Amino acid sequence: MSQNETTAAPERRSLRAKPFAKADRIFYRVSTIAANSSIVLVSLILIFLGIRAWPAFESQGIGFVFGSTWNTSVEPIVMQIGPMLWGSILLSILGVMLAVPMAISIAYFIVFMAGKKLGSSVSVLVDLLAALPSIVLGLWGLLVFSPVAADWAKMLHDALGFIPIFANSGDNFLRSPFIASWVVAVMIVPIIASITREIFSQLDRELISASLALGAGRWSTFRRVILPTAAGGIVGGVLLGLGRALGETVAIYFVLNLIFDINIFNILEPKGGSVASMIMSKFGEASTAEVSGLMAAGVVLFLVTLFVNMLASYIVAKAQPWRK
Amino acid sequence: MANLSAENVNVWFGQRHVLKDVNLVFPKNEVTALIGPSGCGKSTFIRTLNRMHELIPGAGLAGKVVLDGRDIYDAGVDPVEVRLRVGMVFQKPNPFPTMSIKENVLSGLKLSNRKTSDADGLVETALRRASIWNEVKDRLGDPAISLSGGQQQRLCIARSLAMEPEILLMDEPCSALDPGSTRRIEETILELSEDMTIVIVTHNMQQAQRVSSRTAFFLAEDGNPGQVVEFGSTEQVFNQPIDLRTNDYVNGHFG
Ligand SMILES: Nc1ncnc2c1ncn2[C@@H]1O[C@H](COP(=O)(O)OP(=O)(O)OP(=O)(O)O)[C@@H](O)[C@H]1O
Ligand SMILES: [Mg+2]
Repeated sequence: MSQNETTAAPERRSLRAKPFAKADRIFYRVSTIAANSSIVLVSLILIFLGIRAWPAFESQGIGFVFGSTWNTSVEPIVMQIGPMLWGSILLSILGVMLAVPMAISIAYFIVFMAGKKLGSSVSVLVDLLAALPSIVLGLWGLLVFSPVAADWAKMLHDALGFIPIFANSGDNFLRSPFIASWVVAVMIVPIIASITREIFSQLDRELISASLALGAGRWSTFRRVILPTAAGGIVGGVLLGLGRALGETVAIYFVLNLIFDINIFNILEPKGGSVASMIMSKFGEASTAEVSGLMAAGVVLFLVTLFVNMLASYIVAKAQPWRK
Repeated sequence: MANLSAENVNVWFGQRHVLKDVNLVFPKNEVTALIGPSGCGKSTFIRTLNRMHELIPGAGLAGKVVLDGRDIYDAGVDPVEVRLRVGMVFQKPNPFPTMSIKENVLSGLKLSNRKTSDADGLVETALRRASIWNEVKDRLGDPAISLSGGQQQRLCIARSLAMEPEILLMDEPCSALDPGSTRRIEETILELSEDMTIVIVTHNMQQAQRVSSRTAFFLAEDGNPGQVVEFGSTEQVFNQPIDLRTNDYVNGHFG
């Protein structure tokens, strides 16, 4: 054979192995079916919702998402969910902003500060909080928390009312996005905290040792070593929390006024929105045409959640070039 | 002249007594090797010298570690100050995974909120002293974990050197390295010892003889806490050991 003939690269071969053992084959089969059926399920739900929602999208046009009026007593009826949609997003943002520092502090305490006993009892408590039914949280929010939070809101307004965010035109501090976002925060803190705890406890302790050995204090170790290393996982937890916040219905319904008038950022006004709560509040007495509108609202909420998830995984991937 | 010494150091993990009455003196600008079979407490001991046991729940200590006349476990001593003077290289390479090669070298400064006027110069010097500069000079921005295990370890050495500690603790720094890098690290150790006190744990008898001027032999006999059996000049410990057990160990008869 001459040298020239060998220059063509040999044919590439697949490196994938197929399962041989019986247990492996069954396991592969089950995993594949499960994975595919989740896709099928999501598509079916979307299709079902889409068909029922189509008349509303058709009659309302783009105004359905961006308009601010919901009036079913006129002909033709007007259904626009702008304030509700923005309300859902606002509550989620505020809720996450309140929840993330709390959740991370709790996780840090459990993993790095508390001893075994204290740490595991705090964990159990936090997980219990996650298991709290949202109706219970809603009642607590309405009867116990709202009056207290209204006082906080008033203090905020008195001190910082000159900043538009903390403006309040009347003297009613109840049923505002401010209060609802605290309730949302209470709801998602345990989710984010238990995921962050898991991430922290799997962190390589040698990294912390290395950091301390270089003369780092606890805070700079946290900020420059622990947090960056755990960031991807924490974002995952935040996403789960965000999903819950966007879809939360009952608890928010108890503590927030749903008003079809856009309120961009006056978080202390008793005026807010939430797509999910709105759907629940209207579903009982809805006409056929209105039900179609509520379905359409559900579709929009679903798409927003999907978008947020995709955006977040993109951010995670961008922020962690070392994790390929 | 000594500026670091251990006086009657005892360590417990929970109820377990793992180190008993260790008395060692580390003369300034000399290399001291700690040798002994696996599990005898060498890592445990070396970690007492910069208070690294702080992180381990249930760890307890008795005795003193004296640095320039001051017990580093004194209530008034800030462990951060101790660690800035006493650097450490660990048994397993542990570069910061979120940082690039360059950032890893500078991480000590960042973490301890210090500044340098010549970051690039510092990075180059540290990487050269750890004999890894030629391998990474064109890829300083790459993630540190893209390096091989041996390169990661030398990066960790560079990271410690960038802090210019007075004392450097090295826990089996070469256990993940090939013979070539090991030799270069040994040369580095000898160079560093001109102005740095070095304590090195090693399982490699030749290495101990090549780099150290003094050697301590640790031993934990069945179930008992680890103790120093013999401590003296490397020459004497290897060639005319006083204790029979030392003789057996350095000649490979047990361990
Ligand atoms: N964090 C810990 N908790 C409980 N026991 C520990 C801990 N670290 C070490 N030990 C125990 O202390 C003893 C001494 O361990 P050490 O790591 O100091 O040994 P070593 O001499 O460094 O061994 P090697 O040469 O294998 O690294 C061992 O019996 C070990 O099981
Ligand atoms: Mg060891």
